[in-house]
Amino acid sequence: MVAIKDLPREEYIELGHAACAGCGATIAIRHALKALGDNTILTVPACCMSVIQGLYPKNGLCVPVLNTAFMTAGAAASGIAAGLKYMGKDKEINLMAWAGDGGTYDIGIQALSGAAERQTNFIYTCYNNEAYGNTGMQRSGATPYGSFSTTTPTGKMQHRKPFARIMAEHGIPYTASISAAYPRLVYETYSKAKEFVGTRYIEIHTMCPTGWRYLTWDTVEMGKLAVDTGVWIMWEKEGEEWRFLGRSKQIAEGKVKRKPLMDYLKPQGRFRTLIKNPARVEEFERGIEREWKILKQRVEC
Amino acid sequence: MSKIISVTGNHSASWAARTAIPAVIAAYPITPQTTIVEKIAEFVENGELKSEYVRVESEHSAMAACIGASALGLRTFTATSSHGLALMHEMLHWAGRSRLPIVMPVVNRSLGPPWNIWSDHTDTMSQRDTGWIQLYASNNQEVYDTVLMLFRLCEDPKVLLPGMVALDAYILSHTFTSIEVYEHDEITDFLPSYEAGHWKLDPKDPMATGNIAGPEYYYELSYAIHEGFEAARKLIPKVEADFKKHFGRDHGQFINEYHCDDAEVILIALGTMGEEAQLAVDELRNEGVAAGSARLRVFRPFPAEQIQALAKKAKAFVVIDRSLSYGHLGGAATEIRSALYRGGQTIPVQGVIAGLGGRDVRHTDIKKMFKIGFDVADKGEAKPDIFYGLKR
Repeated sequence: MVAIKDLPREEYIELGHAACAGCGATIAIRHALKALGDNTILTVPACCMSVIQGLYPKNGLCVPVLNTAFMTAGAAASGIAAGLKYMGKDKEINLMAWAGDGGTYDIGIQALSGAAERQTNFIYTCYNNEAYGNTGMQRSGATPYGSFSTTTPTGKMQHRKPFARIMAEHGIPYTASISAAYPRLVYETYSKAKEFVGTRYIEIHTMCPTGWRYLTWDTVEMGKLAVDTGVWIMWEKEGEEWRFLGRSKQIAEGKVKRKPLMDYLKPQGRFRTLIKNPARVEEFERGIEREWKILKQRVEC
Repeated sequence: MSKIISVTGNHSASWAARTAIPAVIAAYPITPQTTIVEKIAEFVENGELKSEYVRVESEHSAMAACIGASALGLRTFTATSSHGLALMHEMLHWAGRSRLPIVMPVVNRSLGPPWNIWSDHTDTMSQRDTGWIQLYASNNQEVYDTVLMLFRLCEDPKVLLPGMVALDAYILSHTFTSIEVYEHDEITDFLPSYEAGHWKLDPKDPMATGNIAGPEYYYELSYAIHEGFEAARKLIPKVEADFKKHFGRDHGQFINEYHCDDAEVILIALGTMGEEAQLAVDELRNEGVAAGSARLRVFRPFPAEQIQALAKKAKAFVVIDRSLSYGHLGGAATEIRSALYRGGQTIPVQGVIAGLGGRDVRHTDIKKMFKIGFDVADKGEAKPDIFYGLKR
């Protein structure tokens, strides 16, 4: 694992960007771009990053950015990728789509799935804050079971989609599920992903104090708790090989025990209603167990 | 070397792409546009056309991909029709507001329900305000020529707007005629390669486009688009004259006039109906009737001054619309009345709705519409809009 002192000094997101205090997505993009470097083109659909990058005529991102419509990250990237290929620059320039969970799990799934099926040469990042953050925390396909959102005020009744797995099953060369609580892992994942040709899907769990309703200075702690309790699982699939990553690997191998689920649910306002209902907490837990079981099968075979 | 080939209107569009060599083509099939993208696939796969061809999974994605490629400063092309165009709507705005010179033939087809695959202009008329230059072609050669002219016009640094050329389903899209086509080398004097001078995605000069601009900027950005259209208005005659110089043909710039100078009644129509009207004029002229027709070729930028000049030649206009803005009128009639009002002109404009969903409009029908027009000219007053041939 790269040492903090060895991370590139270059910054590709300027100080003074417009993110909320404690934003996990900003940690994520900062370290992703450190790995990709100058020679990168970014396309961003409607999401928090549309706001975070700042207001016209300025921009806080230091690489070229094509902002695009909500459902089009995969498609806009397909066009850029085709153009780069035409120009003979597809090998030297890193192309990345940077989309939220709404723009990925829901409205953007078609364009993304199409791009992956066409083996489009780009990195697709879903930074997952588990709701429509930019519009004020409405439910998305990534919102966890039981979570409050402004469109599920008494708690969501369905489990989230196992979306990174869905992308892995597209047969793309590289898929990863990581967390912004581990910036060095973010950096390493992108350093690795940029070496592949074809569609690479990276999903980053990005903590969101505004939406999840915890204290801003607890962001990294909250991300780590998601992993420690097993709610968020870090893994990668390289070629046909699946493997767990970081703390999730230690959990899978039995080296550390998962922390109690309540450690993660209790500090977050969005689970305030859920935790009063033991039957629903059990259902939440069943969802986690199911995902661990499936991923363990993938890793072991 | 240029050659004469026998092709459909759709293949005329494919051949135009082959001649212009877009760097990127992204398209999705829809009846009756399909044969455009099939032919392009053939050109690409047999090596005749060195474009990157992205077979996207929807029209919305087709336009998004064109936007992505065009944002690199590359020539881009797509084609669609009807529901495909409707699905693109959001991205049509995105392309227009991004000032990206994407060129797109649109095969005019009705919208469902019920499913209907025949000619109707409602699809393109519904995209009036998306920031796209809009032209209507009336024959296969014009489809081919207009695609080349659009690349030249749209890619001009003063214009930088996307452009669509509309062609009627089946009447043009699937009907064979002979057209003259060229190799790329023969057109580069007329259509040089595209150099994006405004902005592009380039890591050596990083720039962002489309991030949030508040009320203090949005208005001016919109006005800049309007200025692009005004620049296009000035440039259209020049592009067409230059085209004629190189290839010996023109298509009438904004309005293709036929026997208008001494006409009492001028009938205005778009696309193939505009050409069909010329047949009606021929017959009426043989009968000694002072009829004239005007085919409205450019719809955006709208040629208001030319319409005002045309009104000075006649006692009445008849305007046929193959589209209907429900609860109001046909698209062209609305614009023409507005242009005349602005010019302080009061000649009666008889609106006629006809040909919706592919209902045939023959020159014999158009003669009947002329008859109504002469009645209107005599009385000096138009009737309420006529729904020609409506069965009740």
